[in-house]
Amino acid sequence: MLDKHRSAITQSKTRPRRWFRAGEGRTAFFFLLPGLIGILLFLVLPIFASIALSFTDWQLLGTPHFVGFANYTRLFTADPQFWTVLRNTVFFTVEYLILNIVVSLGLATWISSLKFGQRWFRGIFFLPTFTPLIAVAIVWMLIFTSGGLFDSLMERLSLPFSGVLNSQTLAMQAVILTSIWAGVGYNTVLFNAALDMVPASYLEAARIDGATAWDRFWKIRLPLISPTLFFGTVMTAITSLQVFDQIFVMTKGGPGSATATLGYAIYQRGFQNFQMGYASAIAWVMFALIMALTALQFWFQRKWVHYDN
Amino acid sequence: MTTKSKAKARRRLVLDVINHAALAIVAVAFLFPFFWMVSNAVRSNAEVMAIPVRILPKVFEWGNFVAAWTRLPFGRFFLNSAIIAVCVTAITVVVSCLSGYAFARLKFKGRETLLLGYIGTLMVPPLMLIIPLFLIINRLGMVNTFPGVILPISFGTFGAFLMRQFFLSIPMELEEAARIDGASRLRILIGIIVPLSMPAIGLLSLFTFMGQWNNFLWPLIVMTGADNATLPVGLTMFQTQQGTQWNYLMAGATLSMLPGIFLAIILQKLIYNSIALNAGMGGR
Repeated sequence: MLDKHRSAITQSKTRPRRWFRAGEGRTAFFFLLPGLIGILLFLVLPIFASIALSFTDWQLLGTPHFVGFANYTRLFTADPQFWTVLRNTVFFTVEYLILNIVVSLGLATWISSLKFGQRWFRGIFFLPTFTPLIAVAIVWMLIFTSGGLFDSLMERLSLPFSGVLNSQTLAMQAVILTSIWAGVGYNTVLFNAALDMVPASYLEAARIDGATAWDRFWKIRLPLISPTLFFGTVMTAITSLQVFDQIFVMTKGGPGSATATLGYAIYQRGFQNFQMGYASAIAWVMFALIMALTALQFWFQRKWVHYDN
Repeated sequence: MTTKSKAKARRRLVLDVINHAALAIVAVAFLFPFFWMVSNAVRSNAEVMAIPVRILPKVFEWGNFVAAWTRLPFGRFFLNSAIIAVCVTAITVVVSCLSGYAFARLKFKGRETLLLGYIGTLMVPPLMLIIPLFLIINRLGMVNTFPGVILPISFGTFGAFLMRQFFLSIPMELEEAARIDGASRLRILIGIIVPLSMPAIGLLSLFTFMGQWNNFLWPLIVMTGADNATLPVGLTMFQTQQGTQWNYLMAGATLSMLPGIFLAIILQKLIYNSIALNAGMGGR
């Protein structure tokens, strides 16, 4: 009965609405137009242009020639630097991703255990997120520069790590440390917010049942925030595969090619050597890597991410 | 209270204090690079590189900030960064409100498909588009101009999606009365919907503004003239000039960080809520 009544009301409502709706398609068109022009010109067109470019030898000046898969075959078979760049990118991403998630989850859990000042601690670790990465990298470069603060600290401690930015193996570690400092804040706040949403009653019930703090973390809080943890991991992986700013400032890809990543290679080939076609091919390899890693994570999430309902 | 439970409570209090103090130490250590930046900004360049390293400068040279602002010229870079970040934010907000409203309230053919397409474009990494975008800007003759930097990065689809989600939460009844009075959709959007959507607009503005303020690669490529450099690009320009002027560089870095630090502190709650929203969406 009530349902009938309700449907009568909605019916009487839809009639005048249809009258208004006469021009809705037109209105929608004009509302969407500015965005659509921008997206077509600056997003859709560039994507197709990028595919096309990667099959040419365009050098900015002169006319482009179609070269088929030559850029891609050269990347994987003839370019001695490319495998190094690929390895560096994967190395950076894996180490940075693991460290970022471990540190941010640790900090988030630690902050959530506090009775006072949670938001102040959150604020402190978040600060670098809102500062220019370039400025952050310059400050860390001063710290790591030879004869700088880090070197004198190592000397004081008699540790053999000096001039890290000139070292084949340690330069990447310096870049990763800088990236962690700059980037750990966002995930810290994200995971902290997720931990705040875990119902206190669950933890209380577990406590009454005699579960230790350790068990409560691994068996209750972690599974409950695992969807957020997954979200943070995927987003962090996508951004870290595109790492550029820190490397541009701190090492310029060096020493040698020890810290050259895909992002840096795209910049170098495209805007220093003006090999637009070759650089576009590298960009598509990067895209494939991003898609592959994301797909891998989505496949792997079934093993550890718990969704409600 | 028994003495046993009293002792237990006291032990818990001590552990609590230690817990807070330990994290406070970690936080202070975390802040050290900020301190080191300012400390090196206010000393002479000779002292920056002096051995042994001094934690505090012998003489505080506060004039370095003025010198960096006028001589290097960070004042100009600051202005360029501000123009770009403000313009991109303004365009993004206007375009996102218009498209978001169309997706949320207007019926048209292919709406869901188009929305899906918008969301799909979020997967395209910005670094991939750098080369073709530069070539387009080059073809349009807009290299080294403000429109050349601003336009290509003002049409992200995330804003449209965000605004749509927010508009959907606004009760339909609020605009129905206005519609019966014959108000146009644009009037309804500006007069009724936008004033109610300030939290979402604030969020979109904040993250767009900060993203552009900190953006480096795109302005580096497009702004080829030294006068048109943004703050981050300007900072790298003085990195290699004959013997780096570290003290001015640190002063410039400090200046470039001020707006973000200021916003992060006064908008703490908005930032936390917006990130918590992400946590919630990922979570449930």
